[in-house]
Amino acid sequence: MNLINAILQGIFLGAFYAVLACGLSIMFGVMRIINLAHGDLAVLGAYLMLVVVEHTGVSPLIAFVAALPLMIAFGYVLHVIVLERSIKSSILTPLLATFGLSIVIQNVLQLTFSPDVRSLGGSAGSLTTASWQVVSGLSISALGVVILAVALVVFGALQLFLSRTRAGWMMRATAEDADAAELIGINSKRVYAGATAIAVAIAALGGLFLGIRSVFDPVSGPTQLIFAFEAVVIGGMGSLWGTLLGGLTLGVAQTLGAQIQPQFAVLGGHLVFLAVLILRFGTGRVVLRTA
Amino acid sequence: MSLLSVDGLDCRYGLLQAVRDVSFEINNGETLALIGANGAGKTTLLRAIAGAHRPHGGRITYNGRDIGGLAAHRRVGLGLALVPEGRRLFPGLTVEENLRIAARGLGRRWTVQTVLDLFPILQPRRHAVAASLSGGEQQAVAIGRALMGNPSLLLLDEVSLGLAPVVVDAVYRSLKDIIAEGATVLLVEQDLTRALKVATRVLCMLEGRIVLEGEARSLDRDRVVSAYFGLRRPA
Repeated sequence: MNLINAILQGIFLGAFYAVLACGLSIMFGVMRIINLAHGDLAVLGAYLMLVVVEHTGVSPLIAFVAALPLMIAFGYVLHVIVLERSIKSSILTPLLATFGLSIVIQNVLQLTFSPDVRSLGGSAGSLTTASWQVVSGLSISALGVVILAVALVVFGALQLFLSRTRAGWMMRATAEDADAAELIGINSKRVYAGATAIAVAIAALGGLFLGIRSVFDPVSGPTQLIFAFEAVVIGGMGSLWGTLLGGLTLGVAQTLGAQIQPQFAVLGGHLVFLAVLILRFGTGRVVLRTA
Repeated sequence: MSLLSVDGLDCRYGLLQAVRDVSFEINNGETLALIGANGAGKTTLLRAIAGAHRPHGGRITYNGRDIGGLAAHRRVGLGLALVPEGRRLFPGLTVEENLRIAARGLGRRWTVQTVLDLFPILQPRRHAVAASLSGGEQQAVAIGRALMGNPSLLLLDEVSLGLAPVVVDAVYRSLKDIIAEGATVLLVEQDLTRALKVATRVLCMLEGRIVLEGEARSLDRDRVVSAYFGLRRPA
């Protein structure tokens, strides 16, 4: 029973990692950018929601809806004024630019909100505590189910967007060959900015879940980035469903590791990540796949 | 007034000068063939006109407007379309998706349906991903994709490259249909006979310069060949 419970909790945890990883995967798949500020963008989103919650007393879910347009706009502008220039110069520049962005976000958050640990869980009401007992010793938390359901909806919606809409085809075309895309009239800069906007919006969703299920402070970002990055790599870089699978695998590996010994939780995830890295080394295909 | 006029164009890759002081014009309804050996600068010239290569100097005027500073995607909006060397399809997209993302100017001559009518071989492959197509099918999609933008000037870069002769014949038959409808075409072609057959006017490039220019029917083959290889440089 303990094992089943661990796997089940691992899937819920993994769904959270998958949401965190989703935006990272999009940006890598479309622009070949590894966004080192991705975790910080999630934390930035969480703080934004915290401000809304503290000023209006609404639930964090409504605060997320309020923060979403801001995060989308932030992502778009971020691409236009920072990332677009950096991808033009060399492959290392975006890495440096997003690393710098990460530091800037952390310090702005420190200055504005102090280094205190915060959470959105307290204002989320019964969502954080509700659970269903399936059998004795095995219960399912409402929050876990919500996160898993949202993760499936997000990945499903992205799949539909990329495979069914003209904008999605344009995004895939630009990811495959930006130069050729320009030659048929696609504004690659705008497509990239759109991809960044989507990625930052989903990062904010990750920030919401982070804030509800646990706590965050201004320097929580890099830890979230590591988990998101591991999920992306385990799932095969640039592959959408692979990222979901990678997140779930990471979550299960961590809870199984914790079964052996509580300190082994994070280690379990790292070991799976390293194993995948070694197995894939040299054979990694990096294109934005939809299936 | 000419549709496209190129004036004193210089293109460089670092220190290498690929196009040197090239000037020419294309009038509406003309088919201009650009010939020359490998490395003569033909592809670079076409890419510069399409906006994929930033020229070092010179002017490109299209419909009376200086387009030298416009991004490639803006030039497509003005009616320029390039079928790039190597076809450059989006391999993960289907034939239809490749065509539909290039659609511009609704209700005009070229739609997915009319492109499929022009290239009947694509009809059964409509939902196949581009990566699974044969070379000839890929070339057809590449030309069709450019047509989807309903261009007033079509730039074709080595459409016969790497294709079997039978397939090249089929591609050129379709091309003749397009030209017969009054399209303005600038095409790069290695095959001299084919170029002279399809074009109204021929430009021959050598080492980045235009060394010979004339009406296709008035040019005699020997003169073209010597210009092509630089045997006898016209003064």
